[in-house]
Amino acid sequence: MALAVLLLLGLLLTGGAYAMFTNSASANAQQVSAQDIAEGEKLFVANCATCHGMNAEGSENGPSLIGVGAAAVDFQVGTGRMPLQMHGPQAARKAPQFNEEETAQLAAYVASLAPGPAIPDDEYLDPALGDPAAGGGLFRTNCAMCHNVVGSGGALTRGKYAPSLSGVSERHIYEAMQTGPQNMPKFNDASLTPEEKRDIIAYLDEINTMTAPGGFKLGSLGPVAEGLFIWFFGLGAVIGLTVWLSARAK
Amino acid sequence: MSTTTPEPTTAVGKAADWADTRMGASKLVREFGRKIFPSHWSFMLGEVSLYSFIIVVLTGTYLTFFFYPAMGELHYDGPYVPLQGVEMSQAYQSTLYISFELRGGLLIRQMHHWGALLFVAAVSIHMLRVFFTGAFRRPRELNWLVGVGLLALSWAAGFTGYSLPDDLLSGNGLRIIDGIIKAIPLVGTYISFFLFGGEFPGIDIISRLYTLHIMIIPAAIIALIAIHLIFVVVHKHTQWPQAGNTERNVVGEPVLPTFAAKGGGFFFLVFALIAGLSAFFQINPVWNYGPYDPSPVSAGTQPDWYIGWADGILRIAPGWMEFYIFGWPISMNILVAVIIMVGVLVGMAVWPFFEAWVAKDNREHHVLDRPRNAPTRTAVGVAFVVWYLVMWAGASGDLIAVFFHMSLNDMIYIFRFLFFFGPIIAYIVTKRICLGLQRKDREVALHGRETGRILRLPHGEFIEVHEPLDPHSAWRLVAFDSPEYVPAQADENGKISTAEKWRGRFSKFFFEDRVAPLSKAELEAAHAHNEGHGHHLDSEGNDQDGQGRPLPH
Ligand code: HEC
Ligand code: HEC
Ligand code: HEM
Repeated sequence: MALAVLLLLGLLLTGGAYAMFTNSASANAQQVSAQDIAEGEKLFVANCATCHGMNAEGSENGPSLIGVGAAAVDFQVGTGRMPLQMHGPQAARKAPQFNEEETAQLAAYVASLAPGPAIPDDEYLDPALGDPAAGGGLFRTNCAMCHNVVGSGGALTRGKYAPSLSGVSERHIYEAMQTGPQNMPKFNDASLTPEEKRDIIAYLDEINTMTAPGGFKLGSLGPVAEGLFIWFFGLGAVIGLTVWLSARAK
Repeated sequence: MSTTTPEPTTAVGKAADWADTRMGASKLVREFGRKIFPSHWSFMLGEVSLYSFIIVVLTGTYLTFFFYPAMGELHYDGPYVPLQGVEMSQAYQSTLYISFELRGGLLIRQMHHWGALLFVAAVSIHMLRVFFTGAFRRPRELNWLVGVGLLALSWAAGFTGYSLPDDLLSGNGLRIIDGIIKAIPLVGTYISFFLFGGEFPGIDIISRLYTLHIMIIPAAIIALIAIHLIFVVVHKHTQWPQAGNTERNVVGEPVLPTFAAKGGGFFFLVFALIAGLSAFFQINPVWNYGPYDPSPVSAGTQPDWYIGWADGILRIAPGWMEFYIFGWPISMNILVAVIIMVGVLVGMAVWPFFEAWVAKDNREHHVLDRPRNAPTRTAVGVAFVVWYLVMWAGASGDLIAVFFHMSLNDMIYIFRFLFFFGPIIAYIVTKRICLGLQRKDREVALHGRETGRILRLPHGEFIEVHEPLDPHSAWRLVAFDSPEYVPAQADENGKISTAEKWRGRFSKFFFEDRVAPLSKAELEAAHAHNEGHGHHLDSEGNDQDGQGRPLPH
């Protein structure tokens, strides 16, 4: 018993230290070699520099990336938003153009320029460790006004929109909160602690993996979808019945 | 009982006889059973309203046994994981209980909600059918008024029910109602405090809405439905213009056995439809929304469809409509929703009387108008439908914007434009279409149906072979009322009153563009001419009616 308690204590302590370490801005949990950074720089110059400048200092086509950190690059490149294909109200998610390794190299390069948010540690990404109910409450107060209560997405002004959150990986959810891509606000560790971010991840995981209790969800878009459904299918079927019943036997 | 009635022999027969000799039900049944009900699909829409209402009452009764309209706070400990430990009201908790723990609870909840949506939808198109066919005309104006009452009550029934579960979505809806009430000048705040028992949201509103939702509103609906149906029996049902249907008869099927059997079967079909929808399609997943809390608002917060148009008005009304009088804000941008809703109900209520006044038509009408034969009424109706649709779509501008990758701001400008011009365009287009269809009817009645077969005669002339109509089909095309423009008339003192001047103007608006029904003489002349011949085209391809005059187009 004593051994177990000791073990637990030890785990908690190292875990805590680990967390402090990974959250301190510059360091990165993944081992980063000088070679990664060099490869990253090459990729950057070839693919990103036209907009973000030769040294990521920014240009009129794209903001400076100095200090955005590995997390921002991992999110933007990992969700296919960067490299940007065309200027519009908002960079849309698309199939990523770089593999895991290249993404990590790009992230390492940008992180080497100046300290910034690092790629989150796995410990904060595991839905099993989070509390989905607490996460649901946090989600409703912080995220639902843009993303809808179950993350089905919603419109913002002038063609911008908060995308649907189903099928987004835990890491990208965390990084989105941490870096606030484009029109999304940033939720730093003071406004949502890493544990709270994990609760949100647990909530999204829970509602995205469960089978809807009531049947087909109609996109979880709420009363508008329900209204259209009853007019087109419900009333449509009813009118079909009336026509059938009042057809004369011929 | 007449002496020829055979004595009952079976047990059921004896029981029936026992009951009948005491209640005299057989006379009533015989009398009612002989009523005739014309058969047309659109005449069954009222029935659909009735059946879906019955289903909603049945399922709702089941829900009352388990729903708890109270605001006591507790921590959820039921099976739905993403809410475990969350603080919520008893009302919300009992809704979750019904959904996840009560046997059949979720199915019944979904049937209640799908049934309610279908009910209001059925009432709405039933009303449209009554409008577009002119079934509201004398002697049925009063029943139309009863109908308007039912329409308003069905909205109220739906809205009060939608608010009961005390979830985030419905709470946001109530918040809007609170805002609308508070926008009423001078008394708004007092009314809001009175309704909510203090500052919004308070703890009284759910139980008050519950009383309205399960008692007062359904009782009023049931009373009005009873009156409505008695009126339908007393006035007898209207019928379509058809050879043999006149203002003095009703052609159709007797209530017993045909209509009643069909109707009874139809009830179960509607029941099955609602049960089927509810078994497969989720509706109002309250567990998604979480308990009500005044601070969060979700994207995509919308009311049920029948309140959608009011929400749409609020969304498209520009902010500058709010102004100040002596420092007091007058929130016209919000009040406009109330004004339009009340205005629409009042407009519906007065329409039958307005139309009768304009046309100076005080006759009874038991034969319906085909919508094309009342072009102005039909066009006004379609314009209203389009206007309603614009407001309705306004409520879902955010979803439309995302779906079509458009800017939400542009959506609002488009809706504002359509709010004013949509109905006008719809009016003009519909009226043109109606007049066109009437001309086409006239043509067909005169010259028969086009067969598409073109013959070339030996001397080079082309004719299209037309097939004459049988008298039954022809009747429908020629036998209809077509009121004419009656200019303002002077009264006995030789004066034209202001009201009469207005009547004259409206009459012009209604009846100036008119395609007259065929006269008997025209019809006979055409028949004489058409005997055995085709329809002639002259060298330029213009229609000729045989006297060298181009036909009216
Ligand atoms: C066509 C021009 C263009 C290209 C190419 C491009 N970007 Fe961007 N990038 C942008 C613009 C514009 C933004 C700002 C988007 C916004 O905030 O609306 C941006 C934003 C970013 C951000 C987010 C910055 C922040 O403040 O969080 C990152 C990270 C980023 N880009 C990385 C990259 C990387 C890595 C590449 C190369 C793989 C790349 N971009 C290629 C135009 C470009
Ligand atoms: C002001 C509105 C707003 C709020 C509040 C907001 N977001 Fe976002 N979110 C956005 C927008 C806009 C985007 C799209 C950004 C982009 O495309 O770069 C986005 C993107 C995301 C993505 C990326 C989705 C993808 O398809 O890759 C995630 C994950 C996300 N948000 C999660 C959250 C969470 C969790 C919260 C609450 C803590 C939150 N958001 C709060 C507006 C918002
Ligand atoms: C609770 C809602 C309602 C129920 C249950 C109901 C039921 C019915 C039924 C069963 C009929 C006879 C069949 C038919 O013509 O469809 C009827 C006829 C009629 N209804 Fe309704 N109705 C409702 C709402 C309305 C509304 C909202 C209006 C109009 C504002 C309306 C106006 C009429 C009129 C004028 C008739 C006579 C039609 C005719 O004889 O051609 N009703 N109703």
